[in-house]
Amino acid sequence: MEVLNNRGVEDYQTAGPKQSYFSPYSFNGGSILAVAGEDFAVIASDSRLSEGFSIHTRDQPKTYQLTQNTVVGACGFHGDVLTLIKVLKARIKMYLHEHNKDMSSTAVAAMLSTILYYRRFFPYYVYNIVAGIDDEGKGCVFSFDPVGSYEREPYRAGGSASSMLQPLMDNQVGFKNLPKQARVPLSKEEVVKKVRDGFISAAERDIYTGDEVVVNIITKDGVEVERFPLRKD
Amino acid sequence: MSIMSYNGAAIMAMKGKECVAIAADRRFGIQAQTINTQFDKIFEMGPKLYVGLPGLATDVQTVAQRLKFRLNLYELKENRNIKPKTFLSMVSNLLYSRRFGPYFVEPVIAGLDPKTSEPFIASLDLIGCPMITEDFVVSGTCSEQMYGMCETLYKPDQEPDDLFETISQCLLNAVDRDAVSGWGGVVYIIEKDKVTKRILKGRMD
Amino acid sequence: MAAVEGPMPGFSFENCIRNRHLEKIGHKAPTAYKTGTTIAGIIYKDGVVLGADTRATEDTVVADKNCSKIHYLADNMYCCGAGTAADTEMTTQMISSQLELHKLNTGRKPRVATANRLLKQMLFRYQGHISAALVLGGVDVTGPHLYSIHPHGSTDKLPYVTMGSGSLAAMATFEDRFKPNMEKDEAMKLVRDAIAAGIFNDLGSGSNVDICVITKDKVEYLRPFDEANIKGKREGNYGYKRGSTAVVSTEVKKIPFEVVATQVVSGTEAMDTA
Repeated sequence: MEVLNNRGVEDYQTAGPKQSYFSPYSFNGGSILAVAGEDFAVIASDSRLSEGFSIHTRDQPKTYQLTQNTVVGACGFHGDVLTLIKVLKARIKMYLHEHNKDMSSTAVAAMLSTILYYRRFFPYYVYNIVAGIDDEGKGCVFSFDPVGSYEREPYRAGGSASSMLQPLMDNQVGFKNLPKQARVPLSKEEVVKKVRDGFISAAERDIYTGDEVVVNIITKDGVEVERFPLRKD
Repeated sequence: MSIMSYNGAAIMAMKGKECVAIAADRRFGIQAQTINTQFDKIFEMGPKLYVGLPGLATDVQTVAQRLKFRLNLYELKENRNIKPKTFLSMVSNLLYSRRFGPYFVEPVIAGLDPKTSEPFIASLDLIGCPMITEDFVVSGTCSEQMYGMCETLYKPDQEPDDLFETISQCLLNAVDRDAVSGWGGVVYIIEKDKVTKRILKGRMD
Repeated sequence: MAAVEGPMPGFSFENCIRNRHLEKIGHKAPTAYKTGTTIAGIIYKDGVVLGADTRATEDTVVADKNCSKIHYLADNMYCCGAGTAADTEMTTQMISSQLELHKLNTGRKPRVATANRLLKQMLFRYQGHISAALVLGGVDVTGPHLYSIHPHGSTDKLPYVTMGSGSLAAMATFEDRFKPNMEKDEAMKLVRDAIAAGIFNDLGSGSNVDICVITKDKVEYLRPFDEANIKGKREGNYGYKRGSTAVVSTEVKKIPFEVVATQVVSGTEAMDTA
């Protein structure tokens, strides 16, 4: 492009040898959002699967129930998501047969980290958030990067609309920038309401988020699933 | 890295009941290094008309001066204050004349009509495509964060004091999730008979 | 020469060398708003129906949820624009003013072919650097006409056209259901459905359907014609108590009242002594 002759006109170039590359990843959009409560956790995702400017399906929620009280949200490249979830489920089943009990949410999170790091130099292109109930019966949320760095947090957004949802949760769940407001723990209903409203807003502005939001409410008794419609354009 | 995020900035404007608000962060930096935390990005273009210019700081100041120059000529010729919508055309014209070598700014305009006091907010992209909205406009390095905040928190027809709380919370929480903007904020609430400028207390990291 | 001069007409290239340098040292130039769009038009029995969605995007974020993409050219002509939003806006504005001058010079209603020629010559002159993809429709003395104009200046004259990122979805609808000499209601329904196909199946298009119906002596500009998507309703109340935000300092500037009119009262008027 930058070859200019003395008249300031671009020279024509002859076609030389050209190397083609294999591109193993694509991005399929979607957002996830998880909030940990006192004795519950909420994890939600939208149900749109897309690529470029087209929609693959309007019914592919990106949350997957792994044990009685552990749900993982995973988005990024859907091919890797499917493989990763398959591996996770197999490992959890092996654990169940070996130890005769369900894997705890904290153990699932630790295991996911090692599974991700084992692919350090050809990673799964997946952003994960694990939500569940910890060993003390409290709600817990763990967020991951694609190569296995993880951290326990009170709330976390991931995926294509994460940058819209995260500051909102900082303010509404974390009470950031509200020095005078009392930090009261939120009830299950309040959290679900805020998560829903967050997704409604994200669907307005992010083209990869829409169709439906699927909210998983995790308690010690199991997982309850609620679905709400979103914009479809 | 995009040249738009070389210095970092976050600006937004909102409509209220017979008032408008415009807010900006106060950081001036060179990539990750913060240089100044009292930097002006909002410029007064009339008693009830303000323009916010996020983008490359050199262009921010050049465009502000060029706009003021064109505005002065207009007001000398016409002997009256400019309408916000006319000012929008003026900005659009300046930016589109540099279609093939643009200034790296994405302006936000907020004001009241000099005669009718009708609220007006608008924004432009860097080559001057005008966009007039009825609720809010955002521009800058953390526009996604600001969209997320405004889309949820915005309510129509708010009183000036309530509008201040909404726009301040939208700005502060958005810039806290951006590395190159923040370091406090400034909010102008523009009403029929007065303009209130408040400096916000925000995280300084 | 005047002491102060206004801006020079035409494009300015004063920043080009600097910007090229910045790009060379690794600072990417930002992108302008795009109208990743669905626009369409058809000819029916008595005229032309134009349609457009109302979404403007900046990368993967919706910049404007209700932007107007059917631009005015003349009283009997409108033009839908796709591509870089500023280019479609400014190009149609410039051609509109040229058409108005042409009308005043000739004393005749401008023809659609004239607008098409002006647009294509301007776009060809800029060699595709002005990225405006247009659907031009109107009715003149010779009847209804519909053109599609590409950014490099090539044009097609067709009975039904679509453009923008949702053009395939919209064209699929036209290929299925278009027939010559349709009634007005049927034609409007078809254009609505074509734009809706773009809105729902193309991520670059969204929000509402705008429609413009042009006949020999009437224009109906329907904005919005149909709200394909209702804005989501939030459940929570997100107001803040006054004083929630920490403030460092406050400064109030009073605006003096503007003198709207002055009246000189004549001194000879008798004093009111009643």
